[in-house]
Amino acid sequence: MTNTTYDTNFVRHIGTLAKLDLTDEQAAQLAGEFQDSMPVVDALLKIDTTGLAPTYQVNSLSNVTHPDVVDEAHMFSQKQALANAPRQHDGYFVVERVIDHEA
Amino acid sequence: MKLNQLTLTQALAGIKAQKFSAREVYDACVAAIKEKNPDLHAFLDHTDGSNYQDRGRFHGLPLAIKDNFCTHEFQTRASSAVLDGFHAPYQATVVNKLAEAGFSFLGKTNMDAWAHGSSTETSDYGPTKNPRNPAHAPGGSSGGSAAAVAADMCLAALGSETAGSVRQPAAWCGCVGFRPSYGRASRYGVIAMASSTDSPGFLAKTTADAALLTPLICGPDPYDATSSPEKFPDLSPHLATSLKGKKIGFLYLDIPGLESTRAYYEQAWRDLEKLGAQVSAATARDPQEAIGVYTVVQRSEVASNLGRYDGLRYGHTRDHFGAEARRRIMLGTFLLSQGYADKYYVQAQKVRTLFMQDFARLFSEFDILVSPVSPSFAKTLGSSEGNALFGELEDIFVEPSAICGLPAGSVPCYHDPATNLYLGLNIMAPFHHETDVIEVMSAFETGTHWNSWHNQEK
Repeated sequence: MTNTTYDTNFVRHIGTLAKLDLTDEQAAQLAGEFQDSMPVVDALLKIDTTGLAPTYQVNSLSNVTHPDVVDEAHMFSQKQALANAPRQHDGYFVVERVIDHEA
Repeated sequence: MKLNQLTLTQALAGIKAQKFSAREVYDACVAAIKEKNPDLHAFLDHTDGSNYQDRGRFHGLPLAIKDNFCTHEFQTRASSAVLDGFHAPYQATVVNKLAEAGFSFLGKTNMDAWAHGSSTETSDYGPTKNPRNPAHAPGGSSGGSAAAVAADMCLAALGSETAGSVRQPAAWCGCVGFRPSYGRASRYGVIAMASSTDSPGFLAKTTADAALLTPLICGPDPYDATSSPEKFPDLSPHLATSLKGKKIGFLYLDIPGLESTRAYYEQAWRDLEKLGAQVSAATARDPQEAIGVYTVVQRSEVASNLGRYDGLRYGHTRDHFGAEARRRIMLGTFLLSQGYADKYYVQAQKVRTLFMQDFARLFSEFDILVSPVSPSFAKTLGSSEGNALFGELEDIFVEPSAICGLPAGSVPCYHDPATNLYLGLNIMAPFHHETDVIEVMSAFETGTHWNSWHNQEK
């Protein structure tokens, strides 16, 4: 793995992954902030963790399942589900078109 | 004394003795909010005084709720412009439990947007002032909740902690903060920040109040798969006045940066000894490493959790994220991106294992660990600006226990007469040993004179 350069090109690439449209000013600022934050993160790489299992969560529970029953008291009506949607049509959420052209 | 200045314990006693009604306490809190909130900005939304309901064991006594808990009565924004105008179609489990116990809700308190920060200055709706000294920040992220308690605008306030977001604002505002172990209180209906460490808790006036409130919100919840199936203990029987026989380890006093406050924490050490505890210096893993773990875990989980905000089903579009949220989403997205997730995220979780082992070693020697909550008194408003790791550095002493999900609390351990600001003592116990934390918090409060409400109860 090559060393990463935290420049504005790098920031724009991450911005695409994070679905954030960044202005030039924001990209420049974020590049500086990456440079500030990464030494703290990179310091972790020097710690010897050979043979250790990762701790993803701390309460040692596993395979917690729900009883497979319908909980009607816990369902939204269509009206409730749509109540906060900024754009709706005939009882549906309106989403952005993701296919622009016919093949 | 005005009724809003009472502790919850005092209010319950007064109602029982028919000296006043819960409605009068509620009205006094609403009046205090109307008087003080325009200046302090502890509440983002609050009742006009018309939502009092006499229900259940607590008679409709008034509590405040941090803005990251979904509520029926108020909009829920987590102090972010992305959620401006959002009315949650369901209510958080812990809020339901408090309603069932019979509390009224005064409103939603300000916080760092999405709980990203330790100053409440990253709120998209403007900062909260510290009621103890309004030139200073209240800490965060539960800064509005701590300020509402410190200014007697409520009897107690629901908060949440991911690193130090209950303990640090409690310390900076001179009130009590308590968070049970991770998984004790349900996260269902809490706006997710870092799912592997988010823990609801309380900002309260005294340890007795925190002990009364915390069991009400704890216990298994079928809607949160990470909630602990074990029964949560009653805490009130563990209020103590002596620490005889307790072995306490004092952590982090040798860390650079404590020069201006170390003497006050050393006084707390002697106070613990006077209460009968056997106190010794304990050496833990370097907390700087916990900052690294927390930064990786929190940023990664934030990037994942905040991915859901697309402005289609609810909320506004992603360009409404503030600078701090953007910074954290970006770093987390990078840390989880292809080729880096193993290098950073998995390595951070392995270092978290080292911290778990370190606490297990420490708790084989000591019953309880204590440390400063914060290296400093409350910083002046504006201090967090332009510092990408402000919160991490402020929370250095509370992060190691937070990433391990340990139960912990903060009680006032010094008051500076010149600035009217406080320091807090961080008290930590092994996983699920909440009762031990309450024991030490309450004994410390009894043996010292730093808690103004505890003095008033004497």
